[in-house]
Amino acid sequence: MSNAQFKTDSAITKGMDQALFNKRKRVNAIGLTLSLIAMSIGMVFLFWILSVLLYKGFAAISPSLFLQSTPAPGTEGGGLANPIVGSLMIVGACTFISTPIGILAGIYLSEYGNKSRFAEVTRFVTDIMLSAPSIVVGLFVYAIVVYQVKHFSGWAGTIALSLIAIPVVVRTTENMLRLVPLTLREAAYALGAPKWKVAVSITLTAAKSGVITGILLALARVSGETAPLLFTALNNQFFSTNMNAPMANLPVVIFQFAMSPYDNWINLAWGGALLITFAVLGLNILARVVFREKVKV
Amino acid sequence: MHAGSAAADAAVADRAESGVAISALEIRDLNFFYGSFQGLKDINLDIIEKKVTAFIGPSGCGKSTLLRTLNRMYDLYPGQRAEGQISFYGENILAPGSDVNLLRSRIGMVFQKPTPFPMSIYENIAFGVRLYERLSKAEMDERVEWALSKAALWNEAKDKLNQSGLSLSGGQQQRLCIARSVAVKPSVLLLDEPTSALDPISTAKIEELINELKKDYTIAIVTHNMQQAARVSDFTAYMYLGELMEYGKTDEIFIKPKRKETEDYITGRFG
Repeated sequence: MSNAQFKTDSAITKGMDQALFNKRKRVNAIGLTLSLIAMSIGMVFLFWILSVLLYKGFAAISPSLFLQSTPAPGTEGGGLANPIVGSLMIVGACTFISTPIGILAGIYLSEYGNKSRFAEVTRFVTDIMLSAPSIVVGLFVYAIVVYQVKHFSGWAGTIALSLIAIPVVVRTTENMLRLVPLTLREAAYALGAPKWKVAVSITLTAAKSGVITGILLALARVSGETAPLLFTALNNQFFSTNMNAPMANLPVVIFQFAMSPYDNWINLAWGGALLITFAVLGLNILARVVFREKVKV
Repeated sequence: MHAGSAAADAAVADRAESGVAISALEIRDLNFFYGSFQGLKDINLDIIEKKVTAFIGPSGCGKSTLLRTLNRMYDLYPGQRAEGQISFYGENILAPGSDVNLLRSRIGMVFQKPTPFPMSIYENIAFGVRLYERLSKAEMDERVEWALSKAALWNEAKDKLNQSGLSLSGGQQQRLCIARSVAVKPSVLLLDEPTSALDPISTAKIEELINELKKDYTIAIVTHNMQQAARVSDFTAYMYLGELMEYGKTDEIFIKPKRKETEDYITGRFG
């Protein structure tokens, strides 16, 4: 396209093989067209999804969405106060569990285990966990927690989500620590710092923004998970902050309400879907901002 | 071989001459291996207290390797090992069971590329000090000022102690790294091509600093810059392919080297 501006007798085009040049331009045009088509297919569906979501979701947004609990079948109105609080509590607890475990394991893999057999196995298992279907994780927690204690609970949901989040945190932490130049570690060792001190005070500090980004992305990933919560936290029609009891949460409420015959339930499902989408979008933007900070320092 | 032992003897002779020179580090029959590759061969060398010893030689000759054995930096990498003896005021630092962390606080090191820690200028200095000393806030403030003054950085940095060490220029960062090493009050400073990433003005400042620091510290410096070796050092060691070819007073090495190879390298006829 942009090549067309050259005159055939200009200094730039003089003496070249015109046929070859035209062929290259054709190939270029074909390649460009194909990639544009591929991109637009992706974009069309993305914007389709988003526009439907925005259109239907915004219709459901009102103060009562945040203030009232989920309505009983056949009653009017209602809101999502209980699933919003439940989701925040479950995801919040998941953050507190998966962050320390994930970071410590990441430090082990990058700084200590390096090439040991144990580290290799851990890395391999983590990679499998990264791509494990979340429904399998849900079933697992159902079998070892819910089935044993005989009831669904917020904690069971937290455990299921943590199992999904931890591998993400482990791998990003490890990768971010590996990006820290060896010379920085050597400089700290040269002052007489012991290994744990170098790992925590120097390497982890240098990789801080990358590690935080990993945590935020892990949270973004789990906040939309439905399958693991279906088997663990289940749902609760009433407002409850008891983590030992079944707990309402946005993904499961959306799942149940969207398939219900009641108009107000379906409406609330759209509202909840919009809330989750914005939360995930917010987390992703936050992750980008945090990661950019690193470059500035 | 025994260019090494001869050189060591020469150094001993020099010491006898000057009367007061004490060896901070005595290297005896040092061999170093990267896996099966031998990086250093039968090195014998004395590093004299409160003098500057320069290591020169072409890339890959083992001068950085030698420097990295002196604070056992190689320990960090499995597969690297040293054989022989290095006495630090009489104590063999290669002996198994010696505390490398403590050793490194006594024998500091500054690297080729400036490596400020990702924290404030103040914290960069305080980090190393806190490892081995409990100081009050006032004492720490004093130590930070002292170290930065030693590294001729106080005037430039005093108003931004809370800013990131990465906000300094390359030359300032390198002086920060020197200040950081000085702050823990080591007895030996190892400088591994400390000016190769710096501009001539920063280089001149660092060289001035080396002259200043040798009043209190024993300094070993690896450099690719022959003029730098001539300018800053009292003793020079010329290394080639893992062997110590010649070692003696800098004036003698540069004016009247004993070996043809040394002369060729110094005059630039080498390679």
